[in-house]
Amino acid sequence: MKRLLVLAALLLTAPALAQEEQSTAPYAYRQLDDPAQETKAQDLMESLRCLQCQGQSIADSDAPIAGSMRSLVRERIASGEEPEAIRAWLIERYGDYVSYAPQLTTLTWPLFAVPAVLVLIAFLLLRRRFTRTPTENGQ
Amino acid sequence: MIAELGLAALWLAAALAALQLLAGALGLTARGATLGEAVRPVAIAQGLLALLAFACLIYVFSVTDLSVKLVALNSHSMKPLVFKIAGAWGNHEGSMLLWVTVMGMAGAFVALVERRLPERTMLATLAGQAFVSLGFYAFLLLASNPFERLSPVPAEGNGLNPLLQDLGLAFHPPTLYLGYVGLSIAFSFAIGALITREVGPTFAKAMRPWVLGAWIFLTVGIAAGSYWAYYELGWGGWWFWDPVENASLMPWLAATALLHSCSVLASRDALRSWTVMLGVVAFSMSMIGTFLVRSGILTSVHAFAVDPQRGTFILGLLAIYIGGALTLFGLRASTVAEGERFALVSREGALVVNNVMLSAILGIVLFGTLYPLVAEAMGAKVSVGPPYFNPMSALFALPMLVVLAVGPLLRWRRDKFARVGRNLVIPAMLVVAAGIALVLIGGVSLLPFLGLALAVGLGWASVLPLKGRNLRRTPLPIWGMVVAHFGIAVALFGMSSESAFSIEKLVAVKIGEVTQVGPWGIKLDTVEPVAGPNWTALEARLLVRYGTDGRVTRMLPQSRSFWAPVQQTSESALLTRWNGQLYAVLGGEAPSVDGKDEVNGSGNRWQLRLWWKPFVPLIWVGALLVALGGALALLGHVLNDWRRRVVRGKIAYRRERQGR
Repeated sequence: MKRLLVLAALLLTAPALAQEEQSTAPYAYRQLDDPAQETKAQDLMESLRCLQCQGQSIADSDAPIAGSMRSLVRERIASGEEPEAIRAWLIERYGDYVSYAPQLTTLTWPLFAVPAVLVLIAFLLLRRRFTRTPTENGQ
Repeated sequence: MIAELGLAALWLAAALAALQLLAGALGLTARGATLGEAVRPVAIAQGLLALLAFACLIYVFSVTDLSVKLVALNSHSMKPLVFKIAGAWGNHEGSMLLWVTVMGMAGAFVALVERRLPERTMLATLAGQAFVSLGFYAFLLLASNPFERLSPVPAEGNGLNPLLQDLGLAFHPPTLYLGYVGLSIAFSFAIGALITREVGPTFAKAMRPWVLGAWIFLTVGIAAGSYWAYYELGWGGWWFWDPVENASLMPWLAATALLHSCSVLASRDALRSWTVMLGVVAFSMSMIGTFLVRSGILTSVHAFAVDPQRGTFILGLLAIYIGGALTLFGLRASTVAEGERFALVSREGALVVNNVMLSAILGIVLFGTLYPLVAEAMGAKVSVGPPYFNPMSALFALPMLVVLAVGPLLRWRRDKFARVGRNLVIPAMLVVAAGIALVLIGGVSLLPFLGLALAVGLGWASVLPLKGRNLRRTPLPIWGMVVAHFGIAVALFGMSSESAFSIEKLVAVKIGEVTQVGPWGIKLDTVEPVAGPNWTALEARLLVRYGTDGRVTRMLPQSRSFWAPVQQTSESALLTRWNGQLYAVLGGEAPSVDGKDEVNGSGNRWQLRLWWKPFVPLIWVGALLVALGGALALLGHVLNDWRRRVVRGKIAYRRERQGR
């Protein structure tokens, strides 16, 4: 119950927070002026997880943390940092969980092995299916 | 009273399912043959009882009977009636009741009309259906009783998640469930055929309409869900490879493969064990999907039930049914002859490629969805999202789509590319032309590029099977195939166009200010408060104009505050043109940049999120075309069967009259 009250209080004060956010996260709801940089930032934001939300990227969430992460991404892109460097920095800070693009590590290698195995299986299945076939010349 | 009636009906239905299983199983033995007679009527009664229970639940929701715990937790007296009713399945218990209801009704329907298969196979099939139902009845009655009473009765209910108070939601889950659970029939047919070892064209022809029916509902359900996410979540995304979305996609992939292998089995008596296997896999995917969504093992946008105990129960059911069916398959597959042979370049060959590719995509989606859970169990958290799924599924989807352009033109058994090659010159040229055009436009990344170019060629190639046919005498299933394949091309075009050409604009504007988004000029006219039955909102009036001389149209996005439960949502406004959709969302009030404007109150800025998404509606138009194609094929098969039955009846009648 207490938690509910806190939650309600939080929600009621949300507009105030949003205003505060303007000063700490200026680029949460503002695009970069350079369209090329904005596209870069957008692509990166779409592949970063909003840590507070459930199954949403920071590019499509209204949560405050998503807002500040968007602002962080845009500011760093604007200062000329490469998207993958920003991703690496975020992963270092928040763990692999933050990136929707799994990196190739000792933990995630099966994710990349499976498609390769599937290609192999598909090839073998098709080959087996069609090489063993005795040709049916009108029987 | 009504709630108790519902519960009683549910227990009775469960008991009848047990009887159906027993009678079906004994009916297969020599001594119990007479019991077999009871199976069909019992299946029908069981379905009707489940339906009665579901009707009772809808009733208690529609009158907001707060003494029922489920109603108190998920409804509110001030909700519009349609959302009260939709609330009945917008929660864990209700949706599981919907699940068993659909399953019971599907079984009843099969028992009522399916007469093509040998009676022994039918008994085994209906017993299998009852076996699966029984587990889910047990789950409902023991672990998630929807009719539980509450004392003392609360004065008011908790309400329904506002995101779910939407017409899209009212129809999305029932449609999806008809598809999910409809696949249980394919599963039961597969089990029945494995038990009696009767796998052949008759089996495929009997199974095909049921798979088609379920698949149509799945297609529509997935499309509706995607459109709901698109306009309701307010960020313009239509597919995020969210585990819950994947849970609905996996059965669809399996069912699509099954549909195609079914037609090989029906027409050519080939791919026997493979088809049976897919029948088992398709419904297994439905069950895995239900487990993922309902167990709370994932927490994502729409997973609104969290309870680990239930998860263990469903996991147990999964182990029994999937494990059992696969074991049965393993034991019997070797005794099912492989069937007819065919060459690589043939209609069957193309369909095999389709099957292998769809299965591979299914494998990737399944693995990518489950892997984060596995990693979490090992103590590490990873996320797998669009950057993984998009390229990995395209790896298999693109070759499959190329084969799709050629396959329907090939003859059964064996053919030569040389014969069909001439027809494909135009589609190939279209692909090249589209590719060149896209290079000239520039800035399109690889996957959308391939998608757009391929979609154009595929659109042309998909109607080629009609060439040289008398259109009026073309069988309906051929029309169905053409329409569905054309729908795939249309949807592919929409998806690729959306990701290649979308324009996003986030602005903070004053009243009267004009913003340019792609070809659109958008003026914020007013922002005013409005009220609904259980919410209040700020509504912006946008005056928008396409190009410089277009008509001015109004758009009314809202920022809503619901009070039961307290939650803010953005109601997006959509404006559809033939070449795309303008998408507008009203955000919060932004403080003025310099603070000067606040003197005269009217100078406040408002956050607007605007998107121009060229051809985005084609995604759902395409999906509906795919479903329409399925419906045409289904109608064709059913009509054919019915005609044959009428002719057979007439012949029998004449023979009788002539005294032969």
